[in-house]
Amino acid sequence: MLIAVLSGFIFALVLVFTGKYFKKKYALWSALLPLGLFVYFLQFVGRIGNGEIISTQYNWIPSLNVNLGFTLDGVSLIFSLMITGIGFLVYAYTAAYLKGHVFLDRFYGYLSIFMAAMLGLVLSDNVLSLFIFWELTSISSFFLIGFNNNKQSSRQSAMVALAITGLGGLLLLTGALILANVSGTYSIAEMLSSRDIIANSPHYIIIVLLIFGAAFTKSAQFPFHFWLPGAMKAPTPVSTYLHSATMVKAGIYLLLRFTPVLGDTPLWQTSLIIVGAVTMLYAAIHTLFRTDLKGILAYSTIAALGILVFLIGLGTPDALLAACVFILVHSLYKGCLFLVTGIIDHETGTRNTAVLSGLRKVMLPVAIAGILAAISNAGIPPSFGFLGKDLIYESTLHFGSWAMVLTAIAVITNILLLYAGFVAGVKPFTGSLPQQFEKVHTPSYLLYVPPLILAVGGILIGLFPIIIEGALIKPAVTALGANSSEVHLKLWHGFNTILALSGTTIAIGLLLYFLLKPSEKLEKLAQRFEFISPQNIIESVAYAFGYFSIYWSKIVQNGYLRHYITTIIVFLIVLVGYTLINHTSFEIDYDSFERLTVYEILTVLLLMVGTIYTVFSRSRLGAVASMGVVGLAISLIFVYYSAPDLAMTQFSIDTLTVILFVLILYKLPKYLNISNNVVRIKDGVLSLTFGLLITVLALEVLSQPQNTEISSFYAENAYKLAKGKNVVNVILVDFRGIDTFMEISVLTIAAIGVFSLIKLRLAKRFRNK
Amino acid sequence: MIQHIVLYPILVQLFFAIVLLFFWNSVKAQKSISIFGNIVALIVSVWLFITIWQEGTLTIQTGNWEAPFGITFVADTFAATLVLLTAISGFAVSIFSVGTILRARLKFGFLPILHFLLLGLNGAFLTGDIFNLYVWFEIIIISSFVLITIGGEKKQLEGAIKYFTLNILASMIFLTAIAVLYGLAGTLNMADLAIKVAEIENRGLVEITAILFFIGFGIKAGLFPLYFWLPASYHTPPPAVMAIFGGLLTKVGVYALIRVFTVIFVGEDFLELIILSVAGLTLVSGGIGALVHNNIVKVFSYLIICHIGYMILGLGLYTEAAIAGAIFYLIHDIVVKTNLFMMSGLIYRIKGTFSMRDLGGLYNNNPLLSLIMIIPLMSLVGIPPLSGFWPKLALITESFNANNYWLIGAVLFATFITLFVIARLWTEVFWKEGPKLKRIANFRYFSLLSKHQKRQMIVPIVFLAFISLYIGFGAEHIQRLSIRIAQELLDNQAYINAVLKP
Repeated sequence: MLIAVLSGFIFALVLVFTGKYFKKKYALWSALLPLGLFVYFLQFVGRIGNGEIISTQYNWIPSLNVNLGFTLDGVSLIFSLMITGIGFLVYAYTAAYLKGHVFLDRFYGYLSIFMAAMLGLVLSDNVLSLFIFWELTSISSFFLIGFNNNKQSSRQSAMVALAITGLGGLLLLTGALILANVSGTYSIAEMLSSRDIIANSPHYIIIVLLIFGAAFTKSAQFPFHFWLPGAMKAPTPVSTYLHSATMVKAGIYLLLRFTPVLGDTPLWQTSLIIVGAVTMLYAAIHTLFRTDLKGILAYSTIAALGILVFLIGLGTPDALLAACVFILVHSLYKGCLFLVTGIIDHETGTRNTAVLSGLRKVMLPVAIAGILAAISNAGIPPSFGFLGKDLIYESTLHFGSWAMVLTAIAVITNILLLYAGFVAGVKPFTGSLPQQFEKVHTPSYLLYVPPLILAVGGILIGLFPIIIEGALIKPAVTALGANSSEVHLKLWHGFNTILALSGTTIAIGLLLYFLLKPSEKLEKLAQRFEFISPQNIIESVAYAFGYFSIYWSKIVQNGYLRHYITTIIVFLIVLVGYTLINHTSFEIDYDSFERLTVYEILTVLLLMVGTIYTVFSRSRLGAVASMGVVGLAISLIFVYYSAPDLAMTQFSIDTLTVILFVLILYKLPKYLNISNNVVRIKDGVLSLTFGLLITVLALEVLSQPQNTEISSFYAENAYKLAKGKNVVNVILVDFRGIDTFMEISVLTIAAIGVFSLIKLRLAKRFRNK
Repeated sequence: MIQHIVLYPILVQLFFAIVLLFFWNSVKAQKSISIFGNIVALIVSVWLFITIWQEGTLTIQTGNWEAPFGITFVADTFAATLVLLTAISGFAVSIFSVGTILRARLKFGFLPILHFLLLGLNGAFLTGDIFNLYVWFEIIIISSFVLITIGGEKKQLEGAIKYFTLNILASMIFLTAIAVLYGLAGTLNMADLAIKVAEIENRGLVEITAILFFIGFGIKAGLFPLYFWLPASYHTPPPAVMAIFGGLLTKVGVYALIRVFTVIFVGEDFLELIILSVAGLTLVSGGIGALVHNNIVKVFSYLIICHIGYMILGLGLYTEAAIAGAIFYLIHDIVVKTNLFMMSGLIYRIKGTFSMRDLGGLYNNNPLLSLIMIIPLMSLVGIPPLSGFWPKLALITESFNANNYWLIGAVLFATFITLFVIARLWTEVFWKEGPKLKRIANFRYFSLLSKHQKRQMIVPIVFLAFISLYIGFGAEHIQRLSIRIAQELLDNQAYINAVLKP
């Protein structure tokens, strides 16, 4: 199974090197990859149908608990077959759809990465590997949406989609980590056994919210749905495959997968029902106001995803069964409708439903596919869609006191979806053929056979639901923790409320279709309310944050060196001052200090005067000279404390510095006074505080007991072991000789730097080159 | 005599720096010597790393003065790993420098200074003495200052002044901290300090000393609110210099923080609070900075700051897993940041600008190069299973264990911003067609370079990209290494024993 998952990645890698040859002739052959995988997964149908669960385990990064543990159960199998099956059709379709495109190899590369990631996602048992594949689907989706990378709108949509799904991915990661932490395992299967621990943990709410965040962003639930219509900028095969049949169902998959672990609590059910219901209604209503075929399909996909979330929220065995069936139903008809739309776009150059009509006369096979899909979408018997809709009503009707409301919502959504399906699948083909489309011809069989297969499949399964009942649906329902022995899929249930509801849905839906024609007027009407759409609100928040960021950066990084220094010093004063006041007791022991002599007092006075004059002096020369005084005073202090050689060093360095300073003084520009009094006072207070702080610190340190182990070792052994009479010298050149050695290197490097600073002025023509 | 190997990485760089000085007038010879020197350094570092991996921590007492009286050099797994990473980055950058640095700059000692810088880095990683660490920092500052200024362009000097002033301020604070520490404990050897600092009764003073170290190193590491020098200076020197800076300079600060706060200052609650808050704010503030800039180099500079937050966060959480996460991130970050700046250099060579607004069309025109460049970009974002992803697992889990949802929020924010910023960079620089740029006269466009010169730019980028891939896909190895380092760091008794009782 590892190879099955990785094959897509390997294929993409091979494409990097063989792309040139590939895109010329062999594009169609790539469809063998999903086909092979489809056959591979098909062979498990029997075993899964018998209730087996197939697991494999590959250690990858055990020390981070990341394993490639793949588990194939009923739910994974449905998804795997959808991914590879529809994948096969899309691969074949693309070979014709994007024939001769310069970047065809890239396209197949992304598509293969996506397929592999999606397979990995639905097969992973390890939550971390599930997350990894989840992210990879977002990334491949980013590249596919932005495939027409010269178009601003494509890039923009790709960014929006990545931002939303990427955010969701992070929530998933956090949720998965917390979940693993609470349950003590990274395997989803093992989490089942610690269900109670999880549900009773104080972190249950945050876990559920994080998982919701991930699922709602990925599966385009309100208010995060808006990336999906934008994602329609991708070439149609991508919309079919990622943004309708598979990737957007990853969130649904996640919810299904975690239903046995996290589900069946008021939080879980209520939130999902509400979000699902809002999404399905909101999106279904939106389909009325679109004229772009793909726009209509995008919103009807969002509505379908809403239905799925809603069903998972209901959480009864009936509802979970309905969800499993509806996933398949939807993939079949929606995949078909998207592919049909792609053909229409490809052949006529437009996707505007207001214009399109009568195309059956020029592309009959496509029309058949479209109409069959619309029938399944509408839930007209004997299609698979009818079956799906039945199950939905079945589950809403039996949901206790809220049954009526929920059923009403479901009916309204279905009516609107029927309308959307007919507009997309029927309207373009019926009526009279406008002149402009007369020259349109039936496309290559590679384009129309894939949607036909999906459409016919939708009808066939409707007629013979037994094909999937035992093999796919039952194991899936079992995997969700519900009892599957009651599952019987059949078209005819006799005359009952559900049939009546179905009939009503179809009748009103058809009526709506015949009365309301999609028009640009309606679309414009909807646009007026755009300002309160979630997209607009979220994007406004993002922009506001952008402005805040600009403002913030300007304040923090304002370009003034003195502000930087001030900030650092203030930060230091606050931290050190706080600790000094709160965490230490002032225990300066004045008695332990030696008495000051008159010389010392005089020297310190000298030092202070020098410092003050340096600060307040209005001439550079004066400041430099008084700095010299400060230096000399320090060397006097060294003398008092019996370090004549240090004093000597300090003395010479200081004198030299003053001389050098004076030498360059005349080369400097005129002395400017750029600070005002307020700034000066602020700086003065800051400096005094800083000085005070360091002084207190030094005094406190001095009154601590001294540890003289090292210094007495130096004093004792300087002569004995190191053969030097001057301890300081011995420390410098022997005990700690490396320090000195490296300081010499510092001087060497500085010398080179000064040399190049003086000598090398890059000629203008070299600048920035 | 196996412990001599501890000094080899230092000696090799010193040797080649000096040899290069003797070839002042022959740029050609310098180029070959520099690359050769870095190959030797790489070999020696690998050798050191393998030895340490097998034998455990090695120490050498310089001048044969037994610890704590002389200066000790210590190669534990942490130090050996960083020396190895320095050698890897150094090797890549020296090839890149040879290919991209202007002849005029090379004539004024660019390459010897580069080796001095690498010398300083190796010294800082290997020393076991807090004052000696200061000296290595001096070497690093002065050589990086020279590398920034070489060429004397106006913007270089402006950046250099800010860089130098703030870094000297950091050094002064560092030095003050050493003085206070010496006053309290009377020793400079880090292992000895570990023992003696633990015995000091006045914990308040120890805390203050620790804060001083934190601020001193924090400036160098680029933490909020101390990082000003970084965005002010990183975009000014040539890309090869940016690469070595971006990859290694701030990381020395991080190294010093991790070292000092695991060996000397252990278990102060107040400090933990400060470190964690600063880490969170660094993640957020760096991310915000990256969001607003148009110049790709500035974007990367802010991302450096932002990502330093992850490492400091790991340090602040102070559990084995969290520190392992910090170390993993450090390893990943050195490689990827070095590469990012070399990449910016390549992009600059191709189009003649760093401005995202003006850039564009790389993916259509240079598809293969783009595919190479997407590796470091995605590793940076941490698209799983690439390298930047793995350490976040530990950081999020440990923040959760510390019951600190704010920190999780900061990590997620930083990760999201990085994702967003890099995705935008990709759409702007690689996808967008881009405006027609005026051709700059006399500019050495990439397309005009000889095959050899092109190779000198691309080979190091590919080399580091492969290392990033290895860190990502071989995460098991890196994680085991990180855990071993974390264990060594948390058990400071082992460090003390290795130094004081060899």
